[in-house]
Amino acid sequence: MELKGRIISKGVAEGEALTTSQPISFYGGVDPDTGVIIEKGHELEGKKVTDKILVFPNGKGSTVGSYTLYRMKKNNTAPAGIINEECETVVAVGAIISEIPCIDKIDISKIETGDTVRLQNDVVRIEK
Amino acid sequence: MYLTKEEERMLNGEEGYTVKKSMEILVALGDIYGAEKLINIDSVQVAGVSYHNLGDAGLEFLNELAKDGKVKVLTTLNPAGMDLENWKKLGISKEFAEKQNLVIEAFRKMGIIISCTCTPYLIGSLPTYGRHIAWSESSAVTFANSVIGAKTNREGGPSALAAAFVGKTPAYGLHLEENRVPDVHVDVRVNLKKISDWGALGWCIGKKVGNKIPYITGVKDADLDELKSFCASVVTYGSKPLFFMKGITPGSEKHQLPKEKVTIEDVDIKKAYESINDDVDTIDFVCIGCPHCSIKEIAEIAKSLKNKKVSSNTEFWVATSRLMKQLADKRGYTEIIENSGGKFACDTCMAVAPLKGRFRSVATTSAKGCYYSRHNGMKTKLGSLEECIEAAVRGKWS
Repeated sequence: MELKGRIISKGVAEGEALTTSQPISFYGGVDPDTGVIIEKGHELEGKKVTDKILVFPNGKGSTVGSYTLYRMKKNNTAPAGIINEECETVVAVGAIISEIPCIDKIDISKIETGDTVRLQNDVVRIEK
Repeated sequence: MYLTKEEERMLNGEEGYTVKKSMEILVALGDIYGAEKLINIDSVQVAGVSYHNLGDAGLEFLNELAKDGKVKVLTTLNPAGMDLENWKKLGISKEFAEKQNLVIEAFRKMGIIISCTCTPYLIGSLPTYGRHIAWSESSAVTFANSVIGAKTNREGGPSALAAAFVGKTPAYGLHLEENRVPDVHVDVRVNLKKISDWGALGWCIGKKVGNKIPYITGVKDADLDELKSFCASVVTYGSKPLFFMKGITPGSEKHQLPKEKVTIEDVDIKKAYESINDDVDTIDFVCIGCPHCSIKEIAEIAKSLKNKKVSSNTEFWVATSRLMKQLADKRGYTEIIENSGGKFACDTCMAVAPLKGRFRSVATTSAKGCYYSRHNGMKTKLGSLEECIEAAVRGKWS
């Protein structure tokens, strides 16, 4: 299946999808040293985002979260790519400065955890 | 979004890495929020200065930008995590100070004024009516939009930096007249007596109107310090960074009263104090200056503290910009305050200094200060300057 969205941060990425219907806060919600989601009670709590195509509706929380994504990239714990329903400032800025391919305006209910996803500029290719 | 030839060149990297990255950020934000173009800005205020919030991630990124990035417009800095000169006196660790200094050094290389204050409008970055700016300190953003009538969104640290390196910001949100329209009428039927009442009023309005733009009536007059305190509180407790106050906000007269109406009565102010104040008696920290003290406030503190001694169990801070402290030095206020056992905390404040675990309970005139102190694990008391000074002297809230 192929879906078309809007480029936030251009590039090519491929990996296994890790999907949640809940927003993610990178500042305080993700450990930049391990790449593990640590927000209490989050659907993905304890899951590692490293090298995954991370699929979530939108970001939330402090704008310092953009720097957290940058730190993850430097630590090799960052996701390979990001897919959002509606991208906001924190994730957009974080993806751009970290050069993580990012696309939004995608119906994320079509992507399940474990799907193989390829992200190329404004196109998402999904293999079940 | 439409880009000029010059902007295209910046986006293509002809002015280097930092300008290219900055353009990518501005274009992405412009696309997300539906901007048609970039607009020129007069000044930038950069938040995200305390190493406490930035961590090594932020520091690394700032160092990357500092390699070839120079700001194009007047750019000032928010408070850092410590007094850049007297950090030892304020109990800051050497490890923290070293990291904080690296952050400041990166900003210095970029050509930013190392002002380290949340009140840029008091130290020389004063926008004028209708001008576009890109500020990221929420209390200053609210002040600029609502007291001065300048135009700014509430920027994040990185987006403000991007605007500074390009000298422009995408035209969306509060930069556009059509989005600067009040949608709820707030009638204030309260007699505001002391400075902390303004913070309490901010709490009430923030909680009641949430994400709407209030048109506030019933406030007869307000001075600089009162508005400064109100702006900080109203945006901390939930409001958008723009309000219209009848007779005070320039241009408020051209708007009609919104149909939706809420009132603020004495009982609401009482509720605000009840919610902000904890049940606590012993006070081991008193901090005045959130937002940073004006010179008038420092004069008032000196007058009230004269010939008194701060309790040996209590730490008393006057948080202000270095520039205000220099004025206070010359007028003799600093000597009075320090002789009484008070300390100046320049360049920093109770919201961004690494205070977690250091104090159990704080007394302050600032409702915003209470919010951040709770995040730092403290019990809080909000009151007038006199009540706070008395708490500092007795080590107790009465």
